[in-house]
Amino acid sequence: MVQIDVEAPTVRAQKAEAPASSSAGRNTSRRRPGRLHRSIRRHWQLYLLVILPLLYFALFKYVPMANAVIAFKDYNVIEGIWGSAWAGFEHFERLFSNPAFGTIVSNTFLLSLYALIASLPIPIILALALNEIRGRFFKRTVQMVTYAPYFISTVIIVSMAILILSPRIGMLSSVTGFFGLPAVDYLAQPDFFRHVYVWSEVWQTAGYSAVIYMAALAGVDPALYEAAKVDGANRLQKIWHVDLPSITPTIVVVLILSVGSIMVVGFEKAFLLQNPLNLSQSEIIATYTYKIGIQNADFSLGTAVGLFNSVINLVLLLGVNAVSKRVTGNGLW
Amino acid sequence: MVNNAKSAQRGPGRSTKVRESTVDRFFLIGVYILLTTFLLVVLLPLWFIVVSSFSSPAAVSAGEVFLWPVDFTLRGYEVALSSPQILNGFANSLFYTVVGTAISVALTVMIAYPLSRADFVGRKVLTGAVVFTMLFAGGLIPTYLVVQSMGMLDTRWAMLIPNAVAVWPTILAITYFRTAIPDELREAAEIDGASDLRILWKVVLPLSGPMIAVIALMYAIVQWNSYFDALIYLRDDSLYPLQLVLRNILILNNDAGGDATSALERQQLSNLLKYSLIVVSTVPMMLIYPFVARYFTKGLLLGAVKG
Repeated sequence: MVQIDVEAPTVRAQKAEAPASSSAGRNTSRRRPGRLHRSIRRHWQLYLLVILPLLYFALFKYVPMANAVIAFKDYNVIEGIWGSAWAGFEHFERLFSNPAFGTIVSNTFLLSLYALIASLPIPIILALALNEIRGRFFKRTVQMVTYAPYFISTVIIVSMAILILSPRIGMLSSVTGFFGLPAVDYLAQPDFFRHVYVWSEVWQTAGYSAVIYMAALAGVDPALYEAAKVDGANRLQKIWHVDLPSITPTIVVVLILSVGSIMVVGFEKAFLLQNPLNLSQSEIIATYTYKIGIQNADFSLGTAVGLFNSVINLVLLLGVNAVSKRVTGNGLW
Repeated sequence: MVNNAKSAQRGPGRSTKVRESTVDRFFLIGVYILLTTFLLVVLLPLWFIVVSSFSSPAAVSAGEVFLWPVDFTLRGYEVALSSPQILNGFANSLFYTVVGTAISVALTVMIAYPLSRADFVGRKVLTGAVVFTMLFAGGLIPTYLVVQSMGMLDTRWAMLIPNAVAVWPTILAITYFRTAIPDELREAAEIDGASDLRILWKVVLPLSGPMIAVIALMYAIVQWNSYFDALIYLRDDSLYPLQLVLRNILILNNDAGGDATSALERQQLSNLLKYSLIVVSTVPMMLIYPFVARYFTKGLLLGAVKG
């Protein structure tokens, strides 16, 4: 609440009102309600404006956080969220003692770790390569085309993957068939699920992610290139000694954001790529929550799974941010 | 390609006084090869889908199509565009996207503008409360229970309200209001006796066109492309958005009807239909994206400055 950058006239008014001799502690405690009241009276229209959006955040973000207590209760519809009996950690115990749960957690972790590692370098390489060429037409064409898949919906991306990888009618089987290799039903094999998931993701987002690095590269001080030229650096050396160090802060931010969301694997895609045959690797926390909570209507257990996920995620994000701040001096906040 | 590279080097843009060394020339050729590979890897799957969609059902089902249409036909499109459930999905998606985006943008501006004002007491607490929802969430089931208790299940409201405001566009809008609108303008308007709402409406919003476009696009694309909310909140299939209809046909292999008679013909047609459907549902996005990409990039970078 204590504001530093208040509008100047307000500060002056308060100073005039507060007795100069009063101690700092008393001063602030007296000031606080006064300031809010004054601000509301003066800017009541602004406060009116935020009511509706705040109501939205309260209802759809904060009430669910409170509702999450049903993870510690035996929720039943008749008694409601607050009336249901307490169950303590019973649901969590049920969860952790279920051997399938370990697999699901490791599936989630491995899938997003793989996605993170695979999708970090390619946009960087793409951006560095684009930055090297001067032909405007070719550059723009590559940029526009690689950017395009970002706007395609998940449903369509997954259907494209299914059709292209289809053993009978797909494009890939035509290619492998040409070389005399047997057709493989990739989506029926658990081992291929992660590859399909991750590389379709890379295919879809590389061009989009490259944009952020392109912007960072555009901001590199031309004097650095001049200096490199004077020192007789070739193109590769310029990339290594000028370009890469210049975009490192951007890479760090992207990395933090993706590690922070390592347990938030998109439900949408994994669920669509799932089939009974690849379930042993494709069942992840998000899809499991959906099945337990919505399909089986076991609300308490479903909430427990979700809560477990949220907490891990928060810890990861805070952890990575702290590490990054210590190591590189760059953090999100 | 080599020619291309050389001419680009000689081009007027950045005339190099020193001649490129042999190493550099080879390196540049490598760069062009790499980029061409990127281009083809992205383009080929898209091309395959488009080409297949114009081929005959039998050829598609036999896997004969690769780089060029076989027995050119528009049969797939005829079926796709005459199916009532697909047309209905289109109409629903259009409605959700237009109305949903309007609601989202309005709510986002309503919270972002006050939070961008330095003289708005309580700004830090409220900003913190908004940003916190990005770090921690109650989860799927607790949110579902809220939607249920509000009686929104299986109504159009469920597609418009529960995800109306996203944090990222809000941060973007706050940053824009704070950095791109000069404070002097507001002060001048204040001296002229304009109220806060009037300032927002007459001074700030007219200057915020690019930002509004960015966040509207962000919301619209998410709304048009996602199926998840529909999957959990809707039962009545007349309310389904296009993406959920597509999922049922493309991924769950639900029969999309058509007027084929024999079982074989029906099977072949449904294979073809998938390709045509992918094209039909993606073309609108592909047509507008070159125009919106610019704004999208701007938004991404605006956010990056803050991040």
